[in-house]
Amino acid sequence: MSRAPRTIALVGNPNAGKSALFNALTGARQKIANYPGVTVERKAGRMTFASGEPAELVDLPGSYSFEPSSPDEAVTRDVVMGRQEGQRRPDALIVVVDANNLEQHLVFAQEVIALGMPTVVALNMLDLAARDGLVLDPKALEESLGVPVIETVAVRRKGLTELTAEVAKVTEQGAHEPTLPTHVDMVERRVSARAMAKGAIISETKQRRLHRGLDKVLLNPWVGPVILFALLFIVFQAVFAWATPFADALEAVVGLVSDAVVANFPAGLLRDAVTEGLLAGVGSVVVFLPQIIILFFFILVMEATGYMARAAYLMDRLMAFVGLSGRSFIPLLSSFACAIPGIMATRSITDPKDRLTTILIAPLMTCSARLPVYAVIIAAFIPARSVGPGIGLQGLVLLALYVAGIVGAMLVAFVLRRSVTEGGVSGFIMELPRYQVPRVRDVAIGLWQRGYIFLRRAGTIIFSVTIILWLLLSFPQAEPGENQVDASIAGQLANGLAVVVEPIGFNRDMALSLIPAMAAREVAVSSLATTYAVASDDEDETAEALGPRLVADWTLPMALSFLAWFVFAPQCLSTIAVARRETNGWKWPIVMLTYLFVLAYIAAGATFWIATAAGL
Amino acid sequence: MTAKSEMSLADRPLGNALRVVAVDWAVLDEGEARRLRALGIDSGAVLKIAHRGIFSGRDPIAVEIGRMTVALRRAHALAIKVEDAPDEGVHAAGHSASEYVK
Repeated sequence: MSRAPRTIALVGNPNAGKSALFNALTGARQKIANYPGVTVERKAGRMTFASGEPAELVDLPGSYSFEPSSPDEAVTRDVVMGRQEGQRRPDALIVVVDANNLEQHLVFAQEVIALGMPTVVALNMLDLAARDGLVLDPKALEESLGVPVIETVAVRRKGLTELTAEVAKVTEQGAHEPTLPTHVDMVERRVSARAMAKGAIISETKQRRLHRGLDKVLLNPWVGPVILFALLFIVFQAVFAWATPFADALEAVVGLVSDAVVANFPAGLLRDAVTEGLLAGVGSVVVFLPQIIILFFFILVMEATGYMARAAYLMDRLMAFVGLSGRSFIPLLSSFACAIPGIMATRSITDPKDRLTTILIAPLMTCSARLPVYAVIIAAFIPARSVGPGIGLQGLVLLALYVAGIVGAMLVAFVLRRSVTEGGVSGFIMELPRYQVPRVRDVAIGLWQRGYIFLRRAGTIIFSVTIILWLLLSFPQAEPGENQVDASIAGQLANGLAVVVEPIGFNRDMALSLIPAMAAREVAVSSLATTYAVASDDEDETAEALGPRLVADWTLPMALSFLAWFVFAPQCLSTIAVARRETNGWKWPIVMLTYLFVLAYIAAGATFWIATAAGL
Repeated sequence: MTAKSEMSLADRPLGNALRVVAVDWAVLDEGEARRLRALGIDSGAVLKIAHRGIFSGRDPIAVEIGRMTVALRRAHALAIKVEDAPDEGVHAAGHSASEYVK
């Protein structure tokens, strides 16, 4: 008996515990990709029936109804109806309903069951129901729905065997006459959902005291924001402080591998391609892995506990000033570590124009790749003196650079929402889920996936980009006595670029450093170091040795102009590549590149001329 | 008293049980209207404002409905007309009249 593996789909309201059930049924063997033509994530994994027969389990985006009000919900409908490109119509459906919110979840469940497809209902999160004093009768529910109802506690792996057995059974039986009326509207479904829920609830106590108590504090208009900002402070602290030893270790490993290659292979172009191109380039991006893992740890925990929706609620007013909603807050927060995960996180924004605006401004958040550049220039040009109790001038300049990015982003969002991404006032309607204790397993799977996606990107896009840059920097080969950088194609390009950036105070060396920095901003530092012939591979050492050389060669207005440039310049090809993928085309990445370069040019120029005029 | 007892959700104090008497769907974005209906915010629902912001318009607004808490904005609340209801628990639209008329 050989046939294509069965396809089973998980459907249900948002916050029904679908993902936890999906993780429990498939483990870490999951494939995440996009549905063709849309940027809705397709999550699929393998589950096994008791017979040993494998099946593909697809986790569909949470929906309230088959009348979609977001691209996610449209995908859910299309997959279930067999109209989604690149997806077989499921052979059976598992409708996940939250036992604690039957009245609401049974509305969509009825709509799904009325299709007459092989369907099993997973009555999920019974443990939380029991904690809230809710006693349910699944048999009564089964009777009113006309399809099997299995009690599950996804996070404790309870009821999974029964669930898969029942799914196997209904799949064999195939489609059937709908057990529920098909042509009813939502109001009628609500009435019957209410009746069904009443019939299934044996006893219940008054509502969720814990939940209310927490919201009283966390959503309090005065205390809530204070707690949120304290939490954000801890997250930032962690991202920048905890990650350092791991990043240093990774850097050391890359250095060791590089040394080993140098020691064991004959000198030549190939060896240089490996050490200067591959290891230096990919290595410089992989060192951000610890930061990204730590950042995502906090984000996943905040999501799993239900706090994330509260953070969005608290930030909504502020974001509304520039025409965005609270949903944009998390992607922008992630972008402080790296715009790549930030742009990927915009998928949770339902409104397409909100999402596009958020993608376009994400690169303005000061990502960690800018830090090495800022650190070198600030250390060299800004005196380390105090301007007030506990306030150093250097730190103040760094803060100003962060603020410049945020203010820039807000202004750009404001303008975009009134021009390019104009359209219906962006709304904010969001269910605030119940608080839950996060499960280690779900957080671990989430972290593994984020880390894997990041590394895969480093291994493909960033790899090819660094090799191309290395080729540009290495050919044609220099004559003896000639500087390789000057002789190379990149060197020639720099001559042309120097003319363009001269009015904003850049000299040729600065222009040259901008070319390899297209791969990643921090490469500007090692590139300047190469140009100034400072023999060191380590960025920190480079920074120390590079400082005096820069001071000798650059004026203060030039240095400030260079800093202003990096606040805005989209010097990160990976970000462009991700933006292309997430917007399904080149149009928006090109808009992004153009406006950011124009802003960078204006900002750097203004900084240079104002500083010069001020006699700095 | 009639004028006051039937007004928009946007201007109601925290904590009172309010019955939705009408929603002006025409002024809302189509997708948002669908989302509100899907969450059970429709004529007949009984809800409570649980939390509000502090700045202009005291946006956003968190309402309790059924076993859910839903965040929405003043712009949506303005379209939702409500009247005072006896405090017997919040619930979504779709209840038969006999259940809450006592």
